[in-house]
Amino acid sequence: MFDYAFLILLLPFLSAIVLGLAGMKMPRPVAGFIGTTMLGVLFAMSLYTAYHYFFYTGEYTAMGQTFNVVDGRLASGVYPTVTVFNITWLKFSEFLTFNIGFRLSPISVMMLVVITTISFMVHIYSFGYMAERDEKYKFEEYEHGFQRFYAYLSMFTMSMLGLVVATNVFQMYLFWELVGVCSYLLIGFYYPKHTAVHASKKAFIVTRFADLFFLIGILFFSFYVGTFNYDLSADPSLVGKLTAVATNPNTAWVIPTALFLMFIGGAGKSAMFPLHIWLPDAMEGPTPVSALIHAATMVVAGVFQVASMFPIYIKFGAVEQLHWIAYIAAFTAFYAAAVACCQRDIKRGLAFSTISQIAYMLVALGVCFAIENEEGGLGYMASMFHLFTHAMFKALLFLCSGAIIVIIGSNFKEYMGGLHKYMPITNACFLIGCIAISGVWPFAGFFSKDEIVSACFQFSPALGWFMTLVSGMTAFYMFRLYYVIFWGKSYYEEDPENRRKPQEVPFVMWGPLVFLAIISIFAGWIPFGHFVSATGQSAEIHLQHFHFSSVAWFSLLAAAIGISLATWMYMPKNNPVADMLAKRMPVMHKAALNRFYIDNVWQFFTHKVVFRFFSIPIAWFDRQVIDGTFNFLAWGTQEAGESIRPWQSGDVRHYAIWFITGTVALTLVILCLI
Amino acid sequence: MNYSDFFQMIPEASLVAILIILFVADFVSANTEERKWFNPLACVLMLVNTIVCLLPMEAVTAFGGMYVTSTAVNVMKAILSLGTFIVVLQSRVWAAKSGKEGEFYMLIVSTLLGMNMMMSAGNFLMFFLGLEMASVPMACAIAFDKYRNNSAEAAAKFIITATFSSGVMLYGISFIYAAYGTMYFSDIAASLQATPLTVMGLVFFFSGLGFKISLVPFHFWTADTYQGAPTTVTGYLSVISKGAAAFTLLSILFHVFGGMIAYWHVLMMIVIALSITIANLFAIRQSELKRFMAFSSISQAGYIMLATLGNDWNTSIASLSYYVLIYVVANMAVFTIISVVEQNNGGKTEISDYDGFYKTNPRLSFLMTLAMFSLGGIPPFAGMFSKFFVFMAGVKGADITTTEGAWIYGILFVALINTVISLYYYLQIVKAMYINHSDNPMPTFKSDCNTKFALAICTTGIVLFGVCSFVYEWIAAAV
Repeated sequence: MFDYAFLILLLPFLSAIVLGLAGMKMPRPVAGFIGTTMLGVLFAMSLYTAYHYFFYTGEYTAMGQTFNVVDGRLASGVYPTVTVFNITWLKFSEFLTFNIGFRLSPISVMMLVVITTISFMVHIYSFGYMAERDEKYKFEEYEHGFQRFYAYLSMFTMSMLGLVVATNVFQMYLFWELVGVCSYLLIGFYYPKHTAVHASKKAFIVTRFADLFFLIGILFFSFYVGTFNYDLSADPSLVGKLTAVATNPNTAWVIPTALFLMFIGGAGKSAMFPLHIWLPDAMEGPTPVSALIHAATMVVAGVFQVASMFPIYIKFGAVEQLHWIAYIAAFTAFYAAAVACCQRDIKRGLAFSTISQIAYMLVALGVCFAIENEEGGLGYMASMFHLFTHAMFKALLFLCSGAIIVIIGSNFKEYMGGLHKYMPITNACFLIGCIAISGVWPFAGFFSKDEIVSACFQFSPALGWFMTLVSGMTAFYMFRLYYVIFWGKSYYEEDPENRRKPQEVPFVMWGPLVFLAIISIFAGWIPFGHFVSATGQSAEIHLQHFHFSSVAWFSLLAAAIGISLATWMYMPKNNPVADMLAKRMPVMHKAALNRFYIDNVWQFFTHKVVFRFFSIPIAWFDRQVIDGTFNFLAWGTQEAGESIRPWQSGDVRHYAIWFITGTVALTLVILCLI
Repeated sequence: MNYSDFFQMIPEASLVAILIILFVADFVSANTEERKWFNPLACVLMLVNTIVCLLPMEAVTAFGGMYVTSTAVNVMKAILSLGTFIVVLQSRVWAAKSGKEGEFYMLIVSTLLGMNMMMSAGNFLMFFLGLEMASVPMACAIAFDKYRNNSAEAAAKFIITATFSSGVMLYGISFIYAAYGTMYFSDIAASLQATPLTVMGLVFFFSGLGFKISLVPFHFWTADTYQGAPTTVTGYLSVISKGAAAFTLLSILFHVFGGMIAYWHVLMMIVIALSITIANLFAIRQSELKRFMAFSSISQAGYIMLATLGNDWNTSIASLSYYVLIYVVANMAVFTIISVVEQNNGGKTEISDYDGFYKTNPRLSFLMTLAMFSLGGIPPFAGMFSKFFVFMAGVKGADITTTEGAWIYGILFVALINTVISLYYYLQIVKAMYINHSDNPMPTFKSDCNTKFALAICTTGIVLFGVCSFVYEWIAAAV
């Protein structure tokens, strides 16, 4: 039934190849059209796949396995793990093979939908964003490198899809690196800009550094467990292998260590403290890219990875590592929310908000201590739910900020203000995004976030209160952002003679915004627990049946406080309270503005510690010892080559003599062995 | 004699049919206008032959054990047929200029026929006949430009040394016959004993094939012959002839001398280390491209033979066949480019002639670079995978704690070091094309469509045969 699934990887790949190789030869709109059409097809295919996966009744076969499903579920009440194909690509040993495959599980199907939806919207939106406009915002022509942009987008979509349908951790790693490369290329899309180049390098190096741990984790895992597979339901032999490793006292350390090392890779991609430093700078890329890669899809790869490994964490003695993840993530959530309160650059503000929200998802995973939905496994569902809703409203917020940037021509809040009069649609969409992310009933964020907070309360009340606090901060900084952009003192009205009058963006841009805004309003009402839960059984989300627990009331209260505070401080034309606070606490304000100097700490660490104590000695070793060895080799080779030159005299008689001498000598050597 | 056995020799029968068709076609086409169809005809025939070889065929024994095939032989025949197809494809302009296309294609095809016979021999006599059947037309092909002194000299050197090596090999075969009273491979294998007579027979026999594969110290003819022969023929000689001989050697070592594996392991270790190292030392100093490629091919032969160091027939033969396949596409790409450059620029084959080649012919430079990268074993090109697989086959069954195992690892280390050296000289060509400045680089030229097609096949192979693992998997499953 899912036989067409290989097309989901092949189509974007082909489109990337065609646009990459022949893009420059075709007119710009044609290239964009090809990429967008292809993505539209993919979007349709993903929805079709999701529909069949979750609602099919009947029988189908995949890879020789027969699935007898009712409403998508097997007789045991769980959704099947369907391996559509699994090709051996490299054979490391009899048991250890590197496969490329395509596997559908509830979370991978969900990710397919998320990725293709956002990617499709971004493809359409970019027609408006990636264009040169004149003084009156009239379209002139598509930007230089338009074809390249769409080629990269296709490549990224392919890589991200390959990541989420991976049948084994090595395939995940391969596509993991590919999304990293695509992210690098897209951040540095405006390569003549120095800051873009620096940001792309920073992103690549930081995530690559983290990926090193991922690779080491994979090596540990595969060496001891003897397989790259991680899906317990797809590989029946895996449980036995893992149990053997986990119960042997000599190797009991392997699974927790390997999983945590893999998580460090995920922490790099998902921008967890202290590896978050690349994400704010990554905003140098075009805004649609920020929406797609750095808000909705790639940055949640770490969450997806932990979720994929979730049963192994729980069942094979790595629960403690899971809790470490929760603590790291909880701190990150708070830290990023604090920084987000003071950013002047709207995209960077959103970037910190993204970090904080991803941390929410990881907290939810980390607080789990069992598989059962109600006894400690709620966080799994909550995390995936939040991943889904967050992808929608954060992409919406980023695309809105892109619309504002197109009109204002700057990322900084000083040039905005009062835009609600001029950009009504963007204003409404941004407001919907803000309400959704703040967790106000009945918008999407309310349901997913409250599930997370409930999961935290199940684990520890302290963490629950902490996360409630952070959700209040979220509401505050989001509405601060909203007010400084759309209300307050208008930059244009201060000097209307000389400044450009803002206006609404064209349909090609606000269309996707409205689409995403609608999803952001209603996504919370999806009975998500029915589709995705830790056990695979259907789980109820009580909030959707108006069973508000005290947790939900507290969250709503926190959101209300945050919103009111922001309204009081930032809604008026002048912001006396905010200015006064900044003046009263200059140290705090400056520290938050400078992201609490974490970048400087890394700078110090790399320049003063790593360079001085590791790089310089290694450089010396490289220059003196390694280069010396090779220089010696080269010199020796040259000299030897010179000295044996006369052998090749061109005289056939000599050749015969060498021939027979060689034969006899070899005979003698072998005879000596007898 | 049972004449129906002829029907079992499908690849050979196909080649004989091609020979006859070519002969008749040559006979009836008198003028240049009619000869225009000659090359397409030969190409189509060789393509058909390749497809025939790819058809699934049973392993057969015919003529009382004289002719024995296995699935591995069929795979190799298909690979060599593909290589010959590429040679025929790219030779159009050159062959048409010589005005003797018919002869050239017939010589090439009869050589291939001889090699097929040699590879599927079940008896030393049959093997020897096949070898000579390949040698004699080969010498004619080398002397194809007979009015050019170099070509004649190359052919003379080839035929003299080939005769000499044949003599030595026959001498070795006679020892074996003396020891066992039979020439059949299976009979010898059944009663093999490591006596001094057998050892002498083995080494003398080996030297004959070592000559064909151009392993050190039987390699001296290689440089002169490669340089002097017409470039197309050099290409053919460097891949097809070498591949067939390497396959036969491995097959005979395993199937006839399998009981003496410890002895010929030592033999191969010495020869491999010498071949790779000495060829590299010579290659570094070459300034003429064809001569350079001669030494490169000697060193590559050493790498091919690494497959013999394993003790598992299936892995060894699979990795050897795969190596030959990759070597065919990479080397044919280089020789096709050399040939087309030579034809368009009045016979320029010095490395320094390629200075600034990138500026005038960027596409050819790029393809040449890919081929050089593949030969040097830079990932992700196919050459890296083929090297990996022969290394893997070499250590198969080697236990580092034993003396022999330690030696095998030592030889692999030597091979590894030499890979670095070889990288240096392969990149010299790339450097000449891209970095070296030239006041008057070769003018821009357009190559004919056949050459383009041949290069397209080669490039596809270089880029895809490695990363698409099913190529190796297919070979490994087929042998």
